[in-house]
Amino acid sequence: MPSGPPPGDPAPADGSLPDHALVGLGQRPFGIYIHVPYCAHRCGYCDFNTYVDTSGAVASYVDAAVAELRLARRVLGEQAPAVSTVFVGGGTPTLLPVGDLVRLLAAVRETFGLEDDAEVTTEANPESVDAAYLSQLRDGGYTRLSFGMQSTRPHVLAVLERRHTPGRPEQCVAWARAAGFEQVSLDLIYGTPGESDEDWAASVRAAVDARPDHISAYGLTVEPGTRLHAQVSRGELESPDDDTLADRYVMADELLTGAGYGWYEISNWARDEGAWCRHNIGYWRDGDWWGVGPGAHSHCGGVRWWNVRLPVDHAAALAVGRSPAQAREQLDPQARRVERILLGVRLVGGHPVADLTPAGWVAAQRFAAEGLLHAGELSKGAVVLRRRGRLLADLVVHGLVS
Amino acid sequence: MPATDPSIIRNFCIIAHIDHGKSTLADRMLEMTGVIDARNMRAQYLDRMDIERERGITIKAQNVRLPWTVDGTGYVLDLIDTPGHVDFTYEVSRSLAACEGAILIVDAAQGIEAQTLANLYLAIENDLTIIPVLNKIDLPAAQPDKYAAELSKIIGCTPEDVLRISAKTGEGVPHLLDEIVRLIPAPQGNPDAPLRAMIFDSVYDAYRGVITYVRVVDGQLSTRERCLMMSTGASHETLEVGVISPEPTKTDVLSVGEVGYVIPGVKNVRQARVGDTITASSRQAHVPLHGYRDPKPMVFSGLYPMDGSDYPVLREALDKLQLNDAALVYEPETSVALGFGFRCGFLGLLHMEIVRERLEREFDLSLISTAPNVVYRVVMENGDETVVTNPSEMPGGKVEEVYEPIVKSMVLAPTDFVGTIMELCQSRRGTLLGMEYLSEDRVELRYTLPLGEIIFDFFDALKSRTRGYASLDYEPAGEQAADLVKVDILLQGEAVDAFSAIVHKDKAYAYGTAMTSKLRELIPRQQFEVPIQAAIGSRVIARENIRAIRKDVLAKCYGGDITRKRKLLEKQKEGKKRMKTIGRVEVPQEAFIAALSTNPQ
Repeated sequence: MPSGPPPGDPAPADGSLPDHALVGLGQRPFGIYIHVPYCAHRCGYCDFNTYVDTSGAVASYVDAAVAELRLARRVLGEQAPAVSTVFVGGGTPTLLPVGDLVRLLAAVRETFGLEDDAEVTTEANPESVDAAYLSQLRDGGYTRLSFGMQSTRPHVLAVLERRHTPGRPEQCVAWARAAGFEQVSLDLIYGTPGESDEDWAASVRAAVDARPDHISAYGLTVEPGTRLHAQVSRGELESPDDDTLADRYVMADELLTGAGYGWYEISNWARDEGAWCRHNIGYWRDGDWWGVGPGAHSHCGGVRWWNVRLPVDHAAALAVGRSPAQAREQLDPQARRVERILLGVRLVGGHPVADLTPAGWVAAQRFAAEGLLHAGELSKGAVVLRRRGRLLADLVVHGLVS
Repeated sequence: MPATDPSIIRNFCIIAHIDHGKSTLADRMLEMTGVIDARNMRAQYLDRMDIERERGITIKAQNVRLPWTVDGTGYVLDLIDTPGHVDFTYEVSRSLAACEGAILIVDAAQGIEAQTLANLYLAIENDLTIIPVLNKIDLPAAQPDKYAAELSKIIGCTPEDVLRISAKTGEGVPHLLDEIVRLIPAPQGNPDAPLRAMIFDSVYDAYRGVITYVRVVDGQLSTRERCLMMSTGASHETLEVGVISPEPTKTDVLSVGEVGYVIPGVKNVRQARVGDTITASSRQAHVPLHGYRDPKPMVFSGLYPMDGSDYPVLREALDKLQLNDAALVYEPETSVALGFGFRCGFLGLLHMEIVRERLEREFDLSLISTAPNVVYRVVMENGDETVVTNPSEMPGGKVEEVYEPIVKSMVLAPTDFVGTIMELCQSRRGTLLGMEYLSEDRVELRYTLPLGEIIFDFFDALKSRTRGYASLDYEPAGEQAADLVKVDILLQGEAVDAFSAIVHKDKAYAYGTAMTSKLRELIPRQQFEVPIQAAIGSRVIARENIRAIRKDVLAKCYGGDITRKRKLLEKQKEGKKRMKTIGRVEVPQEAFIAALSTNPQ
């Protein structure tokens, strides 16, 4: 695996959580993440926990996922809250027959219950869905779709090894609207080897023209262990430098805001606040969520844990009633504070100054003077990144947590 | 134990290049004379330090007594194993002075090398009887006829006089031992004169104090009398006297012509220096044996602990090494960039490397060393003189003249490379002294070169331009006035003392450009632009810019794997701790190491 899980403390076999982790459960938003670890093909840039199934293991995946949902319900007990957000990611969730995705959601409903206005998202590969598939998803209770568009340029898609044809994602947005989805998002990737500024601008414009509610734009990270990394190390492909990535980010921000999409998280823009991805906000705002599936990460009241990565190990643990958690960590107050800052500053609302140490406060003032933070917001008590600061968010966080 | 009759003593050394088989031959001699049986044999028996065995070189001289019988007469052969590197020429000269003969070992597949030739000339100057020997005749690539001709031309003998052996298989070694007895003269000396014994090596032993290895020239050295070091006038108790065969064996007496050891009851090697003459304090000799001189450091470098809190450990380690290394000098110095450390003086580059390696290995230290430099003598217009061992301390203002040390060097190489070698030497401000053909396809070039040019990367350049075929030797040859300037390197306008260098005026620009562009690669981008400048005084001669960083953010949080993100942050924080901050610029330790290394990347 290119990026192994972090080392942690052993996790108990029954999946149980310390009492303190359950304090206040339900007073914070509670989400379910479901990881579908299969793809028809592993793309060259991808280092996610996903597999190409050649032995029919996909069939038993849903059973294992449902079993984990039941275990989650047992662990959280009577006080388990209704779920406010569900996010099915991968992998390629839409590689599953649509009935499986519907069954997974039904299992969430059955074990925990869904809030009335719950946000239920699945990632979707433009190539693996059609109008009928999307329509059945909507009927099954899904409210939000996130399509992996990545680029509109064939040569860029080829380097990424994405198999869909340009135009297909835009078609998918239309199908989604026809099926009744109110929330549709498109994912874009910038900085692919061979991509020019013009290519990128064209991709952003194409995404905008499809009028989704939400657009994500991620800078490509060439992760060690991927095929793309090997190609770059061998000199077959040239990876753009950080300055180019910064330029592309600025281009995206300008084009998107110009088209009416407001920035709300480092890599995310939305039509309005109502189109923000609430599930992801949960990650940034210290919410609780249970991650179901191989390699999935969970968080509950300062305890983080992560599942074994291999689908076969995940299924085997659940088959004998054991937790598939591989390890966990219990954060001390200091680590929790660092995480809150680390995550909170990524958002448009920023992070309250009250969380900073005196040294962090001095750093914040320096960053404001240097134009990385909003001086006005800082004086009102919030650490909010300006655009230059967004691009240097990690550097800013270093100063803030000092 | 009765004194050994000088007429049956043969003192000899072996002159050879690294890898030409000196240690193997010594091992074989130990075996064939029965001093060590094959069972107890280990390779390179005489090389005692780990570093010696690993690098296949001899740093300290060793000696061993070997019995050998010719025509029914038992002889005592004393092999003095000499160091084989240019840094230790003085030690070599003392070892040679302890002998009457030398075996010249040359690889039959490679021919003679520059260092060997230099040591051979040294031996001839010392009036030693030379026995030329071609080794490795068992190798398929051996060309004994060719190299016998070459050797005979250099020494002035006939090709038939050149012995042919294989130290590996032992072939020819017994005959060589016979020839040592036959050809090398017995030592001469006056047994009735006051004692004069020359120290040719001096080593510190944690249990016994300093052990000196000596050759008795006149008189008798005995435990009954206190010994006196003629260079210092200090007398010491003679605790033990003996010979090495191959382990130390007490004899209580050493007489004329004998080689052995003395334990003079001193605590460090400075009190019993190589080259000094030992006499008896009760009956003193008036004239010391000639040739003693104080070891003089030629190359200087700053040594700094990577972790500042290791400074006391470094001090203690240097104190300990100095017990056994009369040539090592050091004094504390402070660098703005590197903190507290020591400016250390060495005999040469190898000596420097060895000391550094021993400090790191034996004392578990992690060190940054500044680029090596030579000693400069600076004369001001008002006549004041300063000796500069640290480039950053070069005085500014009205400088009349700067003097740098020069060396006489000798390069041996195949004739094909004459052009490239001349080009290289010229580019290093060399002056051609002469050129001589050793054979049809091998040539000896002699140059005067500034030592400062040699210690930088001359040897690497020579090796790479001659595909490894050239060999080099040099010896100090005084000093010369030169157009030298100090080049400072500035980060954001602030000079970094560790990067200052004294270079020739014509090279200043090249040095400045190389250093600034190297640093541009090594220093990570900061939040603000960082100008890197090279300057002579206030005049900037080269400039690079590290542009301000524009992107430092991880775009995505992988499926809520917050732990990974936090760990990454913690790791980066650790990395920042290992940075040295110069002004506002954070410079990683690795940048110092890479920028200060002499090998151009």
